[in-house]
Amino acid sequence: MASILTNLFDGVAYGMLLFVLACGLAVTLGLMNFVNLAHGAFAMAGGYICAVLVNNSGWPFFAALPLAFIGSAAIGIALERTLYRHLYSRSHLDQVLFSIGLVFMSVAAVDYIMGSSRVFIKLPAALEGQIDLFGVGIGRYRLMIVVICGLLTLGLQLILAKTRFGSRLRAAVDDPRAASGLGINVPQVFAFTFAFGCGLAGLGGALSAEILGLDPYFPLKFMIYFLIVVTVGGSSSITGPFLASLLLGIADVAGKYYVPKVGPFVIYTVMIVILLWRPNGLFGRTAAR
Amino acid sequence: MFNRRKVLQWGAASAVLPGLCTSMPARAEDAVKIGLILPMTGGQSSTGKQIDNAIKLYMQQKGDTVAGRKIEIILKDDAAVPDNTKRLAQELIVNDKVNFIAGFGVTPAALAAAPLATQAKIPEVVMAAGTSIITERSPYIVRTSFTLAQSSTIIGDWAVKNGIKKVATLTSDYAPGNDALTFFKQRFTAGGGEIVEEVKVPLANPDFAPFLQRMKDAKPDAMFVFVPAGQGGNFMKQYAERGLDKSGIKVIGPGDVMDDDLLNNMGDAALGAVTAHLYSAAHPSEMNKDFVAAYKKAFGNRPGFMAVSGYDGIHLIYEALKKTGGATDGDKLIEAMKGMKWESPRGPISIDPETRDIVQNIYIRKVEKVDGELYNVEFATFEAVKDSGKTKK
Repeated sequence: MASILTNLFDGVAYGMLLFVLACGLAVTLGLMNFVNLAHGAFAMAGGYICAVLVNNSGWPFFAALPLAFIGSAAIGIALERTLYRHLYSRSHLDQVLFSIGLVFMSVAAVDYIMGSSRVFIKLPAALEGQIDLFGVGIGRYRLMIVVICGLLTLGLQLILAKTRFGSRLRAAVDDPRAASGLGINVPQVFAFTFAFGCGLAGLGGALSAEILGLDPYFPLKFMIYFLIVVTVGGSSSITGPFLASLLLGIADVAGKYYVPKVGPFVIYTVMIVILLWRPNGLFGRTAAR
Repeated sequence: MFNRRKVLQWGAASAVLPGLCTSMPARAEDAVKIGLILPMTGGQSSTGKQIDNAIKLYMQQKGDTVAGRKIEIILKDDAAVPDNTKRLAQELIVNDKVNFIAGFGVTPAALAAAPLATQAKIPEVVMAAGTSIITERSPYIVRTSFTLAQSSTIIGDWAVKNGIKKVATLTSDYAPGNDALTFFKQRFTAGGGEIVEEVKVPLANPDFAPFLQRMKDAKPDAMFVFVPAGQGGNFMKQYAERGLDKSGIKVIGPGDVMDDDLLNNMGDAALGAVTAHLYSAAHPSEMNKDFVAAYKKAFGNRPGFMAVSGYDGIHLIYEALKKTGGATDGDKLIEAMKGMKWESPRGPISIDPETRDIVQNIYIRKVEKVDGELYNVEFATFEAVKDSGKTKK
């Protein structure tokens, strides 16, 4: 029984992590209708920023996390202003080719600057080990991930649904022409949203270094997971990818624990079944374009 | 269209240029050329860098002339992709007319070059790849690294002798991982041990959590682990996070997981892991102390077992040339290499005259903190271990 709960918890933590990593992609892909395969590169940037700050400059881990967010967001906004915005109106194929090129450049750049071996972030002792909760082993680090990611999700949902910025964003996505006619600065809204998505990815990258490992191939290795989350969740809201991440995280962990021989395939099987059942994802709608 | 043509011209020019440059010096005929094919980019690049560094260091120390002939190294990057290895080996042999090919970061790369070595009748010195069959693929292959069978059988023997009865295994699902598992299992069960749980982890595995939980629930005395060197750190951290260290489950395995190159970054989670391997930077010999000091001074970090394999590889080439008096006939060189014995930073080693594979001491080591850094401290030695992957046949 205890190990079932431990597994469930691990699955939730893993799913939450996937969500923070991928939700930026859901925003750019679903809300802005832009295929950004380079999303993982921003996550990697965040991870390395955090690693350099903590390991080399001696920053405390919790101070470096926001910096990972801000740093990735800054890189995101710089690239959005100089490169990405020229591609918003181009075909999806152009966007894919552009962003995959960016992935390869980021891999080579990080390999050159930081070296190709794995990087670990030195964690404060308070985050190491497990706590025993009524006989259920709960990893402290994973608990922290669940807390941070849970709060983020809540915040995101509130921003999108309740704030003026959220409604502007939704308006800008649904009909950019009408929105700009109403005085909404559409490019600015998009730039901000894009940067925020990149920042989230950066935060996710910093959090995932401990669990997924951080090396220059990160964007390539995990691209498939981000895409699964977005396809399964549907890209029209935050709730879809969130539930999809949780489902995939739990299915992946449970599959690996109970049927280790076929464990790695479980996540793909779940994806195929869901897509057969709902081709637009759990909460999908037909593309608004 | 014009652009494309221009690109093609440039491509052709740059393909010809290196050939021209290497044949330019007037006395180039006198030089002995070694084609060094290593993964210098990509996921395996730390292997390539260590070997390249070690060879540079050796040539700095011993000079670049042997038996009156200058040694010239031509380094090529195959990024551990066997197709590249084959093409590069071909170019080196046909265009550059090299006298040796050497390096080879992974098994498929070493195998891809094997038929070329046979055809060209030149020695192929394998400095990294560790699957048993490699030396059987060409009579011109000599190995100075190790085989997985060497370390995996020894840790199996050691486990049996040291009261470990129940073992759960966790290995990455690829050729070296399966090799390690098979050899360990053979020895361990033959000695009366029991495998209580066997898990093969996918190579591109993001998270060890569920597998580790399974290990924990199986309650073994120890777990046998083989994952690619880069993943070792993540593995050990999650092992400690899950409290497996406190529940008394030891980590044992072949020493690749605790590569000196990465060990220090793993953090204290790695403390106490027991592995069997050919080399530790903490090996207590004068020669090794000098080697480590010189390597650190030149490159700023600690040499790992790949560096020492490269160092011994170039030493073997030097000594073979000395023996043949500078003659570069492939058969003579291989003859000269067979049975050669020398003292390496890792300890005494020799080349088995039968199999052309390396015979070396395998050390049992435990991760400990020495002067604030993590090291594999050797505490038991199995002397002159041959590759048991072959001797059975």
